[in-house]
Amino acid sequence: MRQAPPPAAPKMAPMSANTETSAARATAGQSRPATGTTLVKRGLAEMLKGGVIMDVVTPEQARIAEDAGAVSVMALERVPADIRADGGVSRMSDPEMIQGVQAAVSIPVMAKARIGHFAEAQILQALGVDYVDESEVLTPADEVHHIDKWAFTVPFVCGATNLGEALRRIGEGACMIRSKGEAGTGNIVEAVRHLRSIVGDIRRIGAAGDEAELFEWAKQLRAPLPLVQEIADTGVLPVPLFCAGGIATPADASLVMQLGAEAVFVGSGIFKSSDPPKMAAAIVEAATHYRDPDILAKISAGLGRAMAGLETSALTTKMAERGW
Amino acid sequence: MKPRIGVLALQGGFAAHGAILSRLGVHVDEVRTPGQLADVDALVMPGGESTTMSMLLERSGLLEPLAERLSAGMGVLGTCAGMILLAREVVDGRADQHALGLVDITVRRNAYGTQIESFEADIDVHGLDSPFHAVFIRAPVVERTGPGVEVLARHEDRAVLCRAGQATVAAFHPELSGDERLHARFLADL
Repeated sequence: MRQAPPPAAPKMAPMSANTETSAARATAGQSRPATGTTLVKRGLAEMLKGGVIMDVVTPEQARIAEDAGAVSVMALERVPADIRADGGVSRMSDPEMIQGVQAAVSIPVMAKARIGHFAEAQILQALGVDYVDESEVLTPADEVHHIDKWAFTVPFVCGATNLGEALRRIGEGACMIRSKGEAGTGNIVEAVRHLRSIVGDIRRIGAAGDEAELFEWAKQLRAPLPLVQEIADTGVLPVPLFCAGGIATPADASLVMQLGAEAVFVGSGIFKSSDPPKMAAAIVEAATHYRDPDILAKISAGLGRAMAGLETSALTTKMAERGW
Repeated sequence: MKPRIGVLALQGGFAAHGAILSRLGVHVDEVRTPGQLADVDALVMPGGESTTMSMLLERSGLLEPLAERLSAGMGVLGTCAGMILLAREVVDGRADQHALGLVDITVRRNAYGTQIESFEADIDVHGLDSPFHAVFIRAPVVERTGPGVEVLARHEDRAVLCRAGQATVAAFHPELSGDERLHARFLADL
């Protein structure tokens, strides 16, 4: 099922036609629609920008998220904070639960598959989820291989701690990258580390002097050379860059968006706070007005208690280290 | 003097619209507050989540000033969610979703289904001499057009591009396929 690697597209890559879609067009005739193309997959990520994607474990929580202005919900059995507390193997959610969430809301529904578990991803595609998250929050199914995401019609988001990991995932067909952070901690420090690493390396590649330096970047990052060359040309990641793992307040959302994240995933931070509907609505507004401290001051007031956080140096399981 | 074009930047595909408009040489402002809206001569309302945008319009104090500017004849281009927000009537929306009612059409949200039904296709647009490559993402469908509404393009017999007065609305995403012609026409019509 091997398909072509992603093409080196011109600036504003998600907006550009690519070889896959051109080929589809050549065979499809004038108006026959082509589904599952790179443009269509990356296009949905483009439409989620400036938004908040919220973890939910029940249809009721999904409704609260939609009422608060979430652009999408991630349907899963336990939020990362509980996965961390409960231990054991964490898997794809029960399809019945996912269908319950799909029936409860009209916004896009995402769901998680284990790293490398393409059978879970096939099931999620059959359920008609809008995005699959190949996620380190679940227990990995394969310690060497990630899912071949080109083989699917449904688009994939993957986590990354650095640019090399992001580009390997894009090479495998991911259409959105989220910096991993450390899920379930309510501690933003890892998200900041990962975002600064990704965005900083993108900037440094943009300043490379010649092709030989790009060959060296690809080698150091263990990343596909055409994607490194594309970044040198465009100055941006080839797919939208979102942030996850540790966002617990409107100020956290503002911080990571000012650092370069184009949207945020909030996992435990909503439903582990003392007033989820209020916290959810405030983080939604923060994602819009992330550069306006006066508005942020207003929406941050009187939200009750944010989720209790964890010191990441004291963790026994670092989810961000899962993925290769 | 060149018109100042605003892109509603509450949420969604505003950056892609901004990139195309910048390539066409106009000054682009992101609009998130009433003060920013007052500074622009025309507005692009991008795709994204219409329910989210509807709530943020209200919470950001933009709903009334926007309705006033639209009824005073400000030029507006609405794509996907932007089309839904500008429609007279929305089917399968949230009960509390705002419809600005500027364009006399009825639209059904997410009418094609989930993301795996999203697609791209060439469409013929009235006034363009070659097909336009259109990207439909969880797209709405126009179920009814009123008497004052001109249909500029159809896909499989459904209206996908409409014009009414100073408003142009598309069910698809002209900002995603790299074709600048619809944005250029929007600017030329101002």
